[in-house]
Amino acid sequence: MDKKKKFLNSKQAVVGLILIGIMVLIAIFAYQIAPHDPYEQNLILRYQSPGGIGGEYILGTDNLGRCLLSRLIVGTRISLLVGFVAVGGSLITGLILGALAGYIGGWIDETIMRLMDVILAFPAILLAIFIVAVLGPGVVNAMFAIAIVRIPSMARVTRSQVLGLKEEEFVEAAQAIGASNFKILFVHILMNGFAPMMVIATLGMGTAIVTEAGLSFLGLGAQPPVISWGRMLASARDALRSAPHVTTYSGMAIVLAVLGFNLLGDGLRDVFDPKLGKNR
Amino acid sequence: MSKYIIRRLLNLILILLGVSIIVFMLVYLAPGDPIRIMLGEDASPAEVERLREVYGLDRPVHIQYGMWLGNVLRGDLGTSIRQGRPVTTLIMNRLGATFELGFASLIIAVVISIPLGVLAALKHSSWLDFTTMVVALIGISMPGFWLALMLLTHVALHVEFFPLFGRGASFVGGFFQLLTEGSFTELYDAFRYVLLPAFSLGTASAALLTRLTRSSMLDVLRLDYIRTARSKGLGERVVVFKHALRNALLPVVTVLGLQLGVLLGGAVITETVFAWPGIGRLIVNSISQRDFPIIQAGTLMLATGFTVINLLVDLSYAWLNPRIRYD
Repeated sequence: MDKKKKFLNSKQAVVGLILIGIMVLIAIFAYQIAPHDPYEQNLILRYQSPGGIGGEYILGTDNLGRCLLSRLIVGTRISLLVGFVAVGGSLITGLILGALAGYIGGWIDETIMRLMDVILAFPAILLAIFIVAVLGPGVVNAMFAIAIVRIPSMARVTRSQVLGLKEEEFVEAAQAIGASNFKILFVHILMNGFAPMMVIATLGMGTAIVTEAGLSFLGLGAQPPVISWGRMLASARDALRSAPHVTTYSGMAIVLAVLGFNLLGDGLRDVFDPKLGKNR
Repeated sequence: MSKYIIRRLLNLILILLGVSIIVFMLVYLAPGDPIRIMLGEDASPAEVERLREVYGLDRPVHIQYGMWLGNVLRGDLGTSIRQGRPVTTLIMNRLGATFELGFASLIIAVVISIPLGVLAALKHSSWLDFTTMVVALIGISMPGFWLALMLLTHVALHVEFFPLFGRGASFVGGFFQLLTEGSFTELYDAFRYVLLPAFSLGTASAALLTRLTRSSMLDVLRLDYIRTARSKGLGERVVVFKHALRNALLPVVTVLGLQLGVLLGGAVITETVFAWPGIGRLIVNSISQRDFPIIQAGTLMLATGFTVINLLVDLSYAWLNPRIRYD
């Protein structure tokens, strides 16, 4: 069965793709879809329950009387943006480092992979918190920190792909016709070994979104007035008893986004790695 | 084997050295002057200069690193900028709480995941298998700190058994009391307090380990030696628990060490939600105060703990799986 058919036959991959597609559309058209102005405060309407005031606020309001649904819709933007930028950054860096390590070998391989080991010696979220704590809170620093902690997994996968592929006949053929090392590595080898990296990147999106939410929850990620799901969770902490809907729905938004990427990642893995996929 | 252990120990030293360089350099390069933070913006330049000399901050970076590393190796992790107390004391007072939470979460994860994973594999393609896998997928996708908030909102607020915040007696103290006085009160107290934080922290690991146990068990159940065991007439229970499970758990054991690290990292946020008096909460509280010596030392301690645990797991793997030869 060809890969595309296999992908379309994988229910989880398709469900994941649809979920992500919906999220991306929500993020792009956030301000058009949002029923209210997500920034508009109305202190008289603080912590309204879902469906309150004649159903005007479908998911209720937050601590400053702002429409929760509108804020969740706009919050999609930051979560996806941080995810895409951080994972994209780590993918490119990890790809270059892993490719160099695998292709050149020797002391370059040793140095790069030992550095990756050192980064892996930190629990990922702890290193991300530490980096942002030092650099100062903010979305950009959060993206940077998340990208750094995700580099080693990308580099390792790329390296093992390169090690496996560089002995293949098509590489020898490319060498024989005089292709440059750069072309062999980045065009021939990586094009053939790209699938596992995409799987890791897709699954990494879920982790990146959770990490961003965690950083924002601690006040280290997005700063007001930027709307972020993690920040919304943090601001609802004081009202667990009176307004449980704020924490419940903000968290559900995170779970749905992460679930979408995990489903797609699992599905892609089943398609590209039949050994791992056979049991699922 | 001993050659392998020595090689791994040397590697451990190298990695910890790398960890210490990263931890030191990040704080060294941090924007903001620690002396200014310590003295406030109104301090006189002469006073700032004097303290800079006292702390050796006027010397070249490699000397500063050497001094810092020397102190760390002697057990001196510096002085808190805000509290003025030795960081070593602050960390040591909280280390037990963090490790207790981490281990409790790991135990919860193992207790949930292994039976569920085995059951799902044995009932492959049944509704039980399907449900377990869906729940596991949701578990993996759920941020632990959100689950923590949900448990606080929907469980702790309504069930008196669960305290809302903080930590009760320690388990070590509880066991000591049980042995000396024969009383369960402290152990019961420790259990009551740790249950919700450990559950919220351990759920993601439980989900991951369930999936791993299931797929590993499915792999093993297909192997020839299991068919042989069945064909020589052994009961299903013996085949599953004596023959299959032991081999199926090997990959699970490897991941356990990594999971403990994930749990120690995740504890930073969970501790904040439950006001659990561990290193994580100490680090988070110090971030807003820019108390770098505490953040630095806390991160160093957790990363060191993580690395050492992983080494122990790798070594135990050799003992568990005699088929592996390392040299």
